[in-house]
Amino acid sequence: MTPSTTLLVRDMRLATRIGGSAAIGVLFFLIVVTLVPLAVGPDLAQLRRIGPAILWLGALLASLLALDRLLAADHEDGSLDLILMGGTPLELSLLAKAAAHWITTGVPLVIATPLLGLFLNLEPLAMGAVTMTLLVGTPALTCIGLIGAALSVALRRGGLLLPVLVLPLTIPVLIFGVAASNAAVAGPMSFSPPFMILCALTLGSLVLGPFAAAAALRHGLE
Amino acid sequence: MALIDLANPTRFLALTARALPWLGAATAIAFAIGLYLVWAVAPDDYQQGATVKIMFIHVPNAWLAMGVWSVMSIASIGTLVWRHPLADVAAKSAAPLGAAFTFLALLTGSLWGRPMWGTYWVWDARLTSVLVLFLMYLGVIALWRTVDDPARAGRAAAILTLVGAINLPIIKFSVDWWNTLHQPASVLRVGGPAIHPSILTPLLIMAFAFGLLSVTLHLAAMRNEILRRRVRAMWLMQAHAAQGA
Repeated sequence: MTPSTTLLVRDMRLATRIGGSAAIGVLFFLIVVTLVPLAVGPDLAQLRRIGPAILWLGALLASLLALDRLLAADHEDGSLDLILMGGTPLELSLLAKAAAHWITTGVPLVIATPLLGLFLNLEPLAMGAVTMTLLVGTPALTCIGLIGAALSVALRRGGLLLPVLVLPLTIPVLIFGVAASNAAVAGPMSFSPPFMILCALTLGSLVLGPFAAAAALRHGLE
Repeated sequence: MALIDLANPTRFLALTARALPWLGAATAIAFAIGLYLVWAVAPDDYQQGATVKIMFIHVPNAWLAMGVWSVMSIASIGTLVWRHPLADVAAKSAAPLGAAFTFLALLTGSLWGRPMWGTYWVWDARLTSVLVLFLMYLGVIALWRTVDDPARAGRAAAILTLVGAINLPIIKFSVDWWNTLHQPASVLRVGGPAIHPSILTPLLIMAFAFGLLSVTLHLAAMRNEILRRRVRAMWLMQAHAAQGA
């Protein structure tokens, strides 16, 4: 196996075993979706209308949960120093770590979305649209979060700072994710333009994320 | 004189000590002229009445809100690429200044919006993106305040600033897109009537005055930051000496 694959497999193992946080994100997602009807009322027609937005907000918040451990755990036990000094380019290692993080926290959120859509009385079409947009959009959330994780890795209050730094940067992803989901159901515009822009945002952050995070690590840990 | 000549903080302090009184005086004169034109020369708008005067404060602040982020971005490149010793001092002292200008732009806009639009706040695309800009300023300040070593904080904040500089146009674009999706026919009529010279001249002079104010305050804040770092270094040396004794 190449070093990046090894890193990916290692991170996935760590996330799924005891002490890992793979399932907590989905649980948090479920709780957020449960709280919303309690706050806005049980009117099914209203829930159907704001359903895609709730699912997107819930997924956005849930994907933030495990981010502060993404690099901090490796920083504490010293493996981050090994990754920094290793022969593999840091950007590539970070991309592998982000991929592992997305597979263990992002993909479960995407899989849980249709089920949670049932709670919110979404039609099958809307459910499919939200699931599709989340599938495409969550890698962008992970990669933007990676920058925040790298910036706050060595900080004592990093977990508190991270959402403050990351959430404003995720606004475009949220806007186009929700817009594409709503467009699929309600119109008036078609699903594909906002969906394409969402894809573009994801591709862009796949590049920006690892490079900015690598720069932050190199400058922050020397 | 090259930029690198300013790398020596002592020389920078000496230079700014000479320049600041002149800059302060120029700022005061520019504001005196600008405010005179605003209050005595510029006519009241036939629809907006005297509330149009808020615009002479609001528009320069909104311009500076964006301008200061550009200054911070250039300083951040200076930090990361050339390790210019004053670049992160410049970036750090610009952040609260930019946040203040953004806040004033939001506040004056909101005060103008109450009589004009009948509400303090609407989720218009422009307002929303300025609000996001304000949040990002606060994020940068929070990062500066979380890392205790100034050099490390400077590099982290520089990366965040540059990521923000890439993202801000994207955020601006998406917010514009989001708003036009929800409100195709905006009630706000951002374009409005073309600006008449009797309004434009005072506005430009006020913008110039605010620009001068920004430069003056920025240089003063940089001086304070350099002195603050010297005090910090002296404390560390003192604590070190006390420990050694």
